[in-house]
Amino acid sequence: MPVIETAEGPAWRLRTPRGRLLLWLGWFALVALTVWCWQVMTKDTIWAFVADAPSQAADIGARAFPPRWSYVEKLWLPLWDTLNIATLGTMLGVIIATPVAFLAARNTTPSAMVARPVALFIIVASRSINSLIWALLLVSILGPGLLAGIIAIALRSIGFVGKLLYEAIEETDATQIEAIEATGASPPQVLIYGYWPQIAPAFWGISVFRWDINIRESAVLGLVGAGGLGLQLQASLNVLAWPQVTMILIVILATVVFSEWVSARVRHAII
Amino acid sequence: MSETVYHRHWRRPPTMIRDRRVRYALYLGIVLYLVLAIGSVDVNWVRVWEGFDRGWRFVLGFLQPDFTSRWRDISQGLVESLTMTMTATVAGVIISVPIGIGAARNLAPRPVYYACRAIIALSRSLQEIIIAILLVAMFGFGPFAGFLTLSFATIGFLSKLLAEDIEDIDEAQAEAIRSTGASWFQLVNYAVQPQVMPRLIGLVLYRFDINFRESAVIGIVGAGGIGATLNTAIDRYEYDSAGAILLIIIGIVMVAEYSSSHIRKWVQ
Repeated sequence: MPVIETAEGPAWRLRTPRGRLLLWLGWFALVALTVWCWQVMTKDTIWAFVADAPSQAADIGARAFPPRWSYVEKLWLPLWDTLNIATLGTMLGVIIATPVAFLAARNTTPSAMVARPVALFIIVASRSINSLIWALLLVSILGPGLLAGIIAIALRSIGFVGKLLYEAIEETDATQIEAIEATGASPPQVLIYGYWPQIAPAFWGISVFRWDINIRESAVLGLVGAGGLGLQLQASLNVLAWPQVTMILIVILATVVFSEWVSARVRHAII
Repeated sequence: MSETVYHRHWRRPPTMIRDRRVRYALYLGIVLYLVLAIGSVDVNWVRVWEGFDRGWRFVLGFLQPDFTSRWRDISQGLVESLTMTMTATVAGVIISVPIGIGAARNLAPRPVYYACRAIIALSRSLQEIIIAILLVAMFGFGPFAGFLTLSFATIGFLSKLLAEDIEDIDEAQAEAIRSTGASWFQLVNYAVQPQVMPRLIGLVLYRFDINFRESAVIGIVGAGGIGATLNTAIDRYEYDSAGAILLIIIGIVMVAEYSSSHIRKWVQ
């Protein structure tokens, strides 16, 4: 902590003059960058539309209420599809992610030079691309339908589950593994009796957590044609049936709240 | 002389559910659900088979990305995405810090606390893409709607985590500042801010990362950014351009992730 000698005696400051100057320069650069980005971004913005937005919002709001309650009859099947996309997609994702996690973890990887970087790349690639983009691709490859949605959810889940699981594997207690190895156990037995009991709570917790996220994501996958509630949402939006849109949003909200409650209960029971 | 008999075999006791009947009922339920769920997935295998050809072309496009022929569209989308991410993160932080302080039980009075928690719940419960659809309908196409969407989504995320951090601070330091006769603003500035600042910087960098990833998605519904370019490329079956865009997204996310982990280490 620098002390500056003044006429009234020593005065302490938090930072040196140099440090303060650097800090101010940093803030200045940040503000300048933001302003510049703002200008580049709004270059093509039509401000008349922005000024008009409150009246547009009021208009849409007036059309959207009251929601069309009778429409809920047609939503049960898409809701079942949405739940299936999330659940089957999560299962598939977890099944693929588990071996990837074992390849990526420092203490279980067969080769740190080849297998680990490949597994880490799979995890990063899957994490950086949103399930909606995977769905967009898969719909154009496999055709519209639930299958594209399930695979999209699975591909996105690999990265998430893989990353959290490999961190859990790296945190396992090495002495227990050694104890199992010392009994002459084969590698599969070490996996089942040494690693699995240590990572099982994390495994179930991560899976249920991802399932909860996947319910939210699968609700909108239909926007690009991958089935479920989003398909109805897209159809209603295209014909500007705002009361139906409100109804669908209510159903999605209720599903999300329900899945969050389930996942909180399950995680509470496990951990 | 009696001989001790050792058991040669050992069975691991069940780890999760001890009651055998409950366990088998659970297995049966899972199998029943799987049969019903997989039965309801209607797959057109002919279409899937035809799609393999296209899928293979996509894999090839990913391996041989074409950056050049659509570079003008890609670079415009990238600039939109990056500027949108930057401004939305800054705007989101500016709005979410007061809301986060308001949502901390130990700093805010009850009515403010409930109001701020309600804002957070609203922002968190709606998907980015749904907000984007509504905002595009109100504000017109383009990155401005995307900027608003990302800012709105940032508020829910940052405020919630900031509020939880503030609730977890060391009370002794706050007590010490309070006992000097400090006002509420001085309390926030000298007791709370130094304790939560490193975590806050980490969260902001993490959110920047998420906002960039989301900006690639909300373009699909017309909110500007690289997502619109990607959507067009896939719709036109230009898989080599789509592969290039995806590789750029992965690359930027990786750079952001590594640099943010470095900055976080440096801050702490």
